[in-house]
Amino acid sequence: MAAGGGLLGWIDQRFPLSKLWKEQASEYYAPKNFNFWYYFGVLSLVVLVNQLVTGIFLTMSYKPSAAEAFSSIEYIMRDVDGGWLIRYMHSTGASAFFIVIYLHMFRALLYGSARKPRELLWIFGCLIFLLLMAEAFMGYVLPWGNMSYWGAQVIVSLFSSLPWIGASLVEWIRGDYYIADATLNRFFALHVAALPLALVFLVIAHLMALHEVGSNNPDGIEIHKYNDEKGHPLDGVPFHPYYTVKDLVGVAFFLLLFCAVIFFAPTFGGLFLEAPNFEPANPLQTPPHIAPVWYFTPFYAMLRAVPSFAGTQVWGVLVMGASVLIIFFLPWLDRSPVRSIRYRGPIYKTMLGIFVLSFIALAVCGLKPPSGIYPTLAKVCTVLYFAFFVLMPWYTKYERVKPVPERVTWHD
Amino acid sequence: MSDEVDHSRRRLLTAATVGTGAIGLAFAAVPFIASWKPSARAKALGAPVEVDASKLEAGQMLKVVWRGQAVFVVRRVKAVVDQLNGHDDILADPKSEDSLQPDYIKASGAARARNPEYWVGLAVCTHLGCSPLGAFEPNDSFQVAGADLGANWPGGFYCPCHGSKYDLSGRVFKSMPAPKNLTVPPYAIAANMRIAIGVDDAPKTVS
Repeated sequence: MAAGGGLLGWIDQRFPLSKLWKEQASEYYAPKNFNFWYYFGVLSLVVLVNQLVTGIFLTMSYKPSAAEAFSSIEYIMRDVDGGWLIRYMHSTGASAFFIVIYLHMFRALLYGSARKPRELLWIFGCLIFLLLMAEAFMGYVLPWGNMSYWGAQVIVSLFSSLPWIGASLVEWIRGDYYIADATLNRFFALHVAALPLALVFLVIAHLMALHEVGSNNPDGIEIHKYNDEKGHPLDGVPFHPYYTVKDLVGVAFFLLLFCAVIFFAPTFGGLFLEAPNFEPANPLQTPPHIAPVWYFTPFYAMLRAVPSFAGTQVWGVLVMGASVLIIFFLPWLDRSPVRSIRYRGPIYKTMLGIFVLSFIALAVCGLKPPSGIYPTLAKVCTVLYFAFFVLMPWYTKYERVKPVPERVTWHD
Repeated sequence: MSDEVDHSRRRLLTAATVGTGAIGLAFAAVPFIASWKPSARAKALGAPVEVDASKLEAGQMLKVVWRGQAVFVVRRVKAVVDQLNGHDDILADPKSEDSLQPDYIKASGAARARNPEYWVGLAVCTHLGCSPLGAFEPNDSFQVAGADLGANWPGGFYCPCHGSKYDLSGRVFKSMPAPKNLTVPPYAIAANMRIAIGVDDAPKTVS
């Protein structure tokens, strides 16, 4: 490319700075009909940065050892200037991350954003979700409260149900005969170094894949069919300044809500930070009721919904694993000729509604003790959750759909 | 000599190089994977522990720590011991066929103990590793951890996490989340009711 003068020109001759900026922002054309649902991608990026920055500062005062971890958190909360704020930004950020990621994924279900040619983009996203769950789980162990301890105990024990290798695998993960100092220390290493590194690489891959195939939009049609004389799509606008400025408004509104939680309800009634985690880990005293943090409860409810069978409880573990893995296959399960929910028939809309309701019901079941109506409700909702995916090839293929417009729908 | 590239030779050499590299990588991974195993210190701290059960009254329980896990030592009331054979119909694995215990415990039948009066077992629910609560009194109906244990409760253990019930030999009831009976660790009883947990044979000299 023609290099200009000055400092930028000097850099551009040695590093593709202007080229990157043009490709990724000022000349990346995004559909002009983005709506509310398209905020959650940029919001997850904002939360990721929040987690990285606050996390780095937390490691400066945190001690990753069984003897000191709990008191070092108290130290951060009481003695370190601004420590309470940094920690609440981090703990609230974890929940916020899952809120925006779940809404971001729901957007893909609404508008068919996982469909060809965006399958790999979707898979990168699913991998980010998977890593995020591991990251959140290990992060929850670090304060070494009693819920940290017993949550780790329950989740690590899941692997013991695997035939043959289970017992030695669990011992290998823990590095001891129980959840101990060695376990905490390695979870710290994974939480602050290995997983964030992998996450950042995957986010870059996710964005590269997005900018390669272009963004989907609420109409679920490609905008590159109709271009102007310069080859730019008629229904697209450059990401910068149009969407950068629009996203800033969304970010500002999000931060308003985010700060309200940090300042006025950091534990969010025991949902974001659970009460038993305010007492130190005690290997001899199980909390009366173990529930994971809210974002894991749908999957935890599915784990509990499956009874043990043939002398092993591996089935529940397999169902829980399958409930996450089946999401990866979405682009191939959906056989509808249209992408967006705007042009689908009533069956997909009904199935999606049932899916969302059963996901929320599972989240509630996972928070409640397994008595009364909840075990039955969890079983029913587990079946409905899987039905949405397993039956998708049929109900999407044979459903009557509405005609799709040539150009994106737009109101002047 | 020809200037043309011998592709099959190049492919073979590339494959051989990649293969050698992969084998080297596998060997290089060994120390990293091994570093996650329990260290020598963890192994040393996993040594047997000894409990003095001589001062336990009937119906009392001791909890001791062995390898970081709580171990129950219960002195059972004689009436409960006599009843242990009487409720096989509500148990998932009355003979402990699918459960974990040393052979001499399995051979002891319903008591699952070296001495029927004293029951020793891990306080670790076989479902997901929570610690069950003791509810030793047979009763028509009573509450533990907010759960109604129902009529004809024979006395035993109740796990507050996911509601699994066990009898006083640690045998799990039918249709519970827990798949197996409570695990019995290897242990030995020496003179004066000193119980050594973690070994099959009593130490020769007990101080």
